[in-house]
Amino acid sequence: MGKKLLLDKVGVAGIQKYDVYRREGGYAAVEKALKALTPEIILDEVKKSGLRGRGGAGFPTGMKWSFLAKPPGVPRHLVCNADESEPGTFKDRYLMEKLPHLLIEGMITSSFALGANTSYIYIRGEYAYIYKILETAIQEAYKAGWLGKNILGTGYDLDLYMQIGAGAYICGEETALLESLEGKRGNPRIKPPFPAIAGLWGRPTVVNNVETLMAVVPIINFGGEAYSKIGIGRSTGTKLISASGHINKPGVYEIDLGLPVEEFIYSQEYCGGILGGRKMKAVVAGGSSVPILPTELILRTAKGEPRLMTYESLGDGGFATGTMLGSGGFIVMDESTSIVKNLYTFSRFYHHESCGQCSPCREGTGWMEKILHKVLSGHGTLRDIDLLWDIQQKIDGKTICPLGEAAAWPVASAIRHFRSEFEDFVKNPQSIQDVKHYYRLTGEKA
Amino acid sequence: MAGSKKIQFSEKAMAYVRELIARYPAGKQKSAVIPILHLAQAEFDGWLSAPVMDYVASLLNIQSIEVYEVASFYSMFNLKPVGKCTIEVCHTSSCWLRGAEDIIRHIEKKLNISAGETTTDGMFTLKKVECLGACGYAPMFQVGADFYENLTIQKTDELLEKFRKEGKRQTYCNHLVDVK
Ligand SMILES: Cc1cc2nc3c(=O)[nH]c(=O)nc-3n(C[C@H](O)[C@H](O)[C@H](O)COP(=O)(O)O)c2cc1C
Ligand code: FES
Repeated sequence: MGKKLLLDKVGVAGIQKYDVYRREGGYAAVEKALKALTPEIILDEVKKSGLRGRGGAGFPTGMKWSFLAKPPGVPRHLVCNADESEPGTFKDRYLMEKLPHLLIEGMITSSFALGANTSYIYIRGEYAYIYKILETAIQEAYKAGWLGKNILGTGYDLDLYMQIGAGAYICGEETALLESLEGKRGNPRIKPPFPAIAGLWGRPTVVNNVETLMAVVPIINFGGEAYSKIGIGRSTGTKLISASGHINKPGVYEIDLGLPVEEFIYSQEYCGGILGGRKMKAVVAGGSSVPILPTELILRTAKGEPRLMTYESLGDGGFATGTMLGSGGFIVMDESTSIVKNLYTFSRFYHHESCGQCSPCREGTGWMEKILHKVLSGHGTLRDIDLLWDIQQKIDGKTICPLGEAAAWPVASAIRHFRSEFEDFVKNPQSIQDVKHYYRLTGEKA
Repeated sequence: MAGSKKIQFSEKAMAYVRELIARYPAGKQKSAVIPILHLAQAEFDGWLSAPVMDYVASLLNIQSIEVYEVASFYSMFNLKPVGKCTIEVCHTSSCWLRGAEDIIRHIEKKLNISAGETTTDGMFTLKKVECLGACGYAPMFQVGADFYENLTIQKTDELLEKFRKEGKRQTYCNHLVDVK
């Protein structure tokens, strides 16, 4: 088992409160950063750490920070992406609920490194109760002198504010988030310009995930070098995984990147095996957007090597036989699961959440939901399966933001790996449990 | 109902509105529209009528259409009246895998409504919603700002009873204002 970097103090009673957090060594990274380091040194440590964005895309954080434009006289901003809405993902919620001060500490340290004097935490509207926890922690931090004017007498000023959303997955996409923060509909912007050049109110802006900003704290405390020693290759450090579905111990786990997938699923320390001792059928390893894999491909790559929890190993084989680490939303399905029905819940989700700007996504997600519904209700044809394939292909890569891909990949991978299940559905609907279930639920006649 | 009484925030809410606006640079007060709409929904019967949205626009010194287009984009804003207690059951993958449909069906039967409807006494609205970030604690629903997780049929019955007894309007918002 690896050392916990973010969750090491999570069990300490009262760690949500400032006094306890401070007594346990909290805010040491801010002290070190502001008093002993310069923004350049911090950036260098983050680069050395190899930290990659934990929001899903895995983009190197140090590199992102180094792109931030610094025109004189123009304010810059750091925005924390706490919109967490990717189905299967609930780690940011856990982190913020349990360790609100760790996020504030990470944000102060990072804001200082970026030269931002006003920073925001954009949190999804449904997390209103966590908004309160964070707001309380921010007030405590102001009172203790970690926020506000002339922090620690260094002359550095920082204001940190909460911003609440109101129910829109798309606002997790960073430019949609910025639009929302400006008080508008969450329509993603065309890039370039990237937020690093023109972000919030047209000013240079860095958007980072909750977990990414928290990881800056141990990087400053222990050094980028030490952080980079954890993990394998370009997957350094620890990662929070949200585990759900048919497992004995759903929950949030901090793992060292590089842990074998099989160990994660079956060991008592993590998921504790499949519910009821049943067989596993499939896994969505990185949130609803990433390709679903059948058991044999999630446990081992096509080359027969054990699959590891790293960006590279999960991606091995490309989309033909691999998947992605994504946001770390790990959904496990047992042998009784209908892949078609599961896909329907995803496609319905993406249709519901499409912002509507780009026709391929707005129309295509609706079509996919409708066709899957038709299949589920026992009216599907073989042609419908080909049509689904065709539609997802026509969305992929043809939209302003990656929600299009996020909607296309689950469809493509489900058909790629489980085509026969779709065919069974359309050839012999009477024998399919889900079709019967559908009619029982709706009261419609077959 | 909104319309019969004057649309005006309480003093406490107004103080919060001013504080919200101060979070943004001068001239960028529009950024406060979402938090203020949450507040308005909580203060004015749980939904946003056109006069309420016009009022929010006047507070922010922006056009009414700028408020309407925001209110209609985000799923947490109700543009029609809802029951005092809106039960939002997640039915996305992880929750579906762990029995969300059974919970939904049970509530539908118990309250004698379909998802999307409100009980005739105006007490409950049932909504099916997409992933709320509680996938590991499924099945679950949200009422107001609170999450109710690892639901069973029995637990669901107890909760419905509790909400009915309390009889109060559940909002997302008290949590936003109470801090101060
Ligand atoms: C449709 C969509 C939804 C997203 N949702 C989130 C989210 O909820 N949280 C998040 O941190 N990143 C999300 N992202 C990724 C962000 O656009 C962005 O890459 C991320 O916040 C950058 O932070 P990081 O580099 O620290 O990961 C989403 C992207 C897309 C396309
Ligand atoms: S799938 Fe229901 S909370 Fe995520």
